[in-house]
Amino acid sequence: MRAYRALLKKYALFGVVVAADLLLRRHSPQVSALAVKNSLSYLAEMLLFLPPIMVLVGLLDAWVPREVVEKNVGPRSGARGVAISILAATAAAGPLYAGFPVADALLKKGCRLANAVIFLGAWATIKIPMLLMEVKFVGWAFALWRLALTLPAIIITGYLVERILQAGSWEGICFCRRE
Amino acid sequence: MVFNAVLYALALALLVFSYLKDKRKTKKALTVAWKSFSNLLPTMLGIIGLLGLMLAAVPREAISGLFGRDNPGGIFLISLVGAVTLMPAFIAFPLAGSLLAAGAGVTAVACFMTTLLMVGVLTAPAEAAYFGRRFTFWRNALGFAFALAIGYLMGVILP
Repeated sequence: MRAYRALLKKYALFGVVVAADLLLRRHSPQVSALAVKNSLSYLAEMLLFLPPIMVLVGLLDAWVPREVVEKNVGPRSGARGVAISILAATAAAGPLYAGFPVADALLKKGCRLANAVIFLGAWATIKIPMLLMEVKFVGWAFALWRLALTLPAIIITGYLVERILQAGSWEGICFCRRE
Repeated sequence: MVFNAVLYALALALLVFSYLKDKRKTKKALTVAWKSFSNLLPTMLGIIGLLGLMLAAVPREAISGLFGRDNPGGIFLISLVGAVTLMPAFIAFPLAGSLLAAGAGVTAVACFMTTLLMVGVLTAPAEAAYFGRRFTFWRNALGFAFALAIGYLMGVILP
């Protein structure tokens, strides 16, 4: 019964959306059809990106020793850790939500919280494939200035989020919410 | 598309390599992968449905229409729209390009692009499922504030 309720809660948002789509269908079938079409194309994008990323997350979990993650992006990795976090994320492909499981896996292996936030920020804003596209459509000046200004912003965000979340906590630098 | 192919090739190659070296570890890796995927799926289905609904209800022309006014209030509104919506890069950048070409202000477009990329109100449930609500709130709130600052600075720097 409890498992059943947990499942129901997990699918609550989806259920509400489906109900809204169905309701909309009676009032304005065109908008509803467009909504379903949009959702299906996002679904295709998600199903295209998530499986290989999940496999990589699984392999990371099984093969990469905790010490390696700790040494490179852990609490004492300093500026080098920040650089590695950014470089690793810029090589990534896929929407931001695909970065969540990766950052989560890194945190569980001893990644510093600030570095995980920086990793997510870089994943969201400055991926190399995305940057090439940006240059094509908005030009070099716009793309490079955005990059130059975004970079310090995501680094500061990383340290600030770490500061805020760890204020008053006695767990120290480790961010081990689960396990 | 190319990057997607590279991603698949990489995952497959590493998986085969892992299987040849250690079958048990590979099985564990796949279990973790599947668990992670099935954990994220229900939330993502909801988010994707909501996104499709929103984009259908608010057409692209309506978003473009917001860019006429370059006053602080208009820019704040544009940033809010960017923070809530989620667009794939292949839609977002052509849109930004056409907005700039149509004479929209640099600050407005930069604010929109930066919030679009950095802040995810719709994906917040998925983010919170992994990292907790406080993490999600602060990362997005700070991202929003910085996006406004970035947009303002770009408006000053670029003609």
